Amino acid sequence: MTVTIFVPRDAAALALGVEKVAKAIAQEIEARGLDARIVRNGSRGMFWLEPLVEVRTEAGRIAYGPVKAGDVKGLFDAGFLTGGNHPLCLGLTKEIPFLRQQTRLTFSRCGVTDPLSLDDYRHYQGLKGLERAIAMTPAEIVRQVTDSGLRGRGGAGFPTGIKWKTVMDAAGPLKYIVCNADEGDSATFADRMIMEGDPFVLIEGMAIAGIATGATKGYVYIRSEYPHAIATMTEAVEIARTTGILGASVLGSAHAFDIEIRSGAGAYVCGEETSLLNSLEGKRGIVRAKPPLPALKGFLGRPTVVNNVISLASVPVIMDRGAEFYKNFGMGRSRGTIPIQIAGNVKYGGLYETAFGLSLGEIVDHIGGGTATGRPVKAVQVGGPLGAYFPRALFDTPFDYEAFAAKDGLIGHAGITVFDDTADMLKQARFAMEFCAIESCGKCTPCRIGSTRGVETADKIRQGIEPEKNKALLADLCNTMKFGSLCALGGFTPYPVMSAMTHFPQDFAPTPLIEAAE
Amino acid sequence: MNVRISAGEFTERSLEIIRDLKHLEGPMLPILHAIQAEFGYVPEEVKPVIASELNLSRAEVHGVVTFYHEFRDHPAGRHVLKLCRAEACQSMGSDRIADRARQMLGIDFHQTTLDGAVTLEAVYCLGLCACAPAAMLDGEVYGRVDEHCLSEIVAEVRR
Repeated sequence: MTVTIFVPRDAAALALGVEKVAKAIAQEIEARGLDARIVRNGSRGMFWLEPLVEVRTEAGRIAYGPVKAGDVKGLFDAGFLTGGNHPLCLGLTKEIPFLRQQTRLTFSRCGVTDPLSLDDYRHYQGLKGLERAIAMTPAEIVRQVTDSGLRGRGGAGFPTGIKWKTVMDAAGPLKYIVCNADEGDSATFADRMIMEGDPFVLIEGMAIAGIATGATKGYVYIRSEYPHAIATMTEAVEIARTTGILGASVLGSAHAFDIEIRSGAGAYVCGEETSLLNSLEGKRGIVRAKPPLPALKGFLGRPTVVNNVISLASVPVIMDRGAEFYKNFGMGRSRGTIPIQIAGNVKYGGLYETAFGLSLGEIVDHIGGGTATGRPVKAVQVGGPLGAYFPRALFDTPFDYEAFAAKDGLIGHAGITVFDDTADMLKQARFAMEFCAIESCGKCTPCRIGSTRGVETADKIRQGIEPEKNKALLADLCNTMKFGSLCALGGFTPYPVMSAMTHFPQDFAPTPLIEAAE
Repeated sequence: MNVRISAGEFTERSLEIIRDLKHLEGPMLPILHAIQAEFGYVPEEVKPVIASELNLSRAEVHGVVTFYHEFRDHPAGRHVLKLCRAEACQSMGSDRIADRARQMLGIDFHQTTLDGAVTLEAVYCLGLCACAPAAMLDGEVYGRVDEHCLSEIVAEVRR
């Protein structure tokens, strides 16, 4: 019987040298005349173990990692095709604690299947949600998504079902589903992983959204920094078209829906929905004032759903398993699961999908295992470049939209960057302002000018020029940006700045003269 | 990419590209991407052609081209090295790697080495945040970039 070897094709695995490993495995199979085939799967999301190679055995899939090309011969010598023992052997993949403790709903297939195999997709419950949706009325679909409690996973946390209802109720001959795949936040890679590892789930989610709202055309706006995701999505859409999932008759139904992949051009602000719509229309990616809501006047002035990748990719499981099933995970008003991305200076970095409600400390210390450098954790930034820095004192905060807001933070797209005790929080605060200055679209003054003034003020604090006065000025500037900016870029840049200043005041104190003289 | 092309050729080739894509809803970005893929940058001469084909003003086209970090107004080096400078990479020492890269190549960000071998660029996140610091060389990704890895990349582009 042909043995199946899984070698990931995810960009992170590629970045860690998986191509050399794949080549070495192919050579060994050939040289030894073995009956084995290589499947290029997505990533399981355990990046300290990548490249993670798996072999399908009678007992289940057995994992080996991190594998280097030089290890391959030894693996074959150890009989790894039958799950043979080897120092790199991790045992059954599903029993690895990092995976076993997760609740993988949205990412259930990611890393398991060949991303472009529709047979694999169907075999692992794919298209069940879409099939159910086709048998329902649009109002029933919207109701189910609303009841599931799903909120926008891009960061804003707006209830997905309510957005869909607005578009469903909007009149218009042409409506759109726009998928926001402009995942620009540092520490986030969930969108990239799902697009590279299970693209059909996003296509299925978008088709369901189309049927629910009466939209017939979908766009996936993917940032240009993700060439692998763009390639995989483009190929998957082509396959979906030729197999009747997309097109004039979705799965043989009366609904038409098609998808086009578009590439961004390196502008962080295009992750903001109105800026993204302008970019999609071919304009400068400048933020639009709301109202009108994109749901009523979105792409080309027509009713448009703009949803994040993970929001849309979570819809198929909600349609398949039911609103109640999904809603039973989570806490408070944060229902379902969230793919937490643990990144930066962390021992066990990766993607961890779980119900809302874990404490930040559990995530960082227990799941992430502390820092990669082995030094104490000083701060973690939650929610990307616009998210607050949390000190250890706030590690009891549960992972929940409201709980984070109550601590002057946000969960954003659920990325966490861990910093060890060598981090300089004044430098991080300055960077937040610098990043805002680089990426500001320029439309509103608080963001465009405030960010540059913020960098200058941080520099003055660093140089010890009237530090107390300048700290007060920086706080005042943050206040102006927070309440005066048109979108989250200028409006949320104060989060990292203020949290750094509030929780790590020692880093904002002027350098003692004696030390400076040394 | 550095082959001399006459303005006439720019017009002719870009017209083909534009006419291929102008039927799209919001064709501007796909057109600019295709033009940059063809010429290695967005030549000044092409802007009026796009403007006239899409019924826009030259200023509007210029505004779009200059808004996005990705579009160049002159050709890049033979290789483009992008180093991630965002927070997750910072937490793993990307600033040190960036300084080292500048030193080894003798250029700053957004500059090209005199021999035209490589352009150094900053990028804000490649989505490789759990294997930081990250880099991209001509579309190839690298994780956990250290000095050794950087030296190999530099040797590669200098070849």
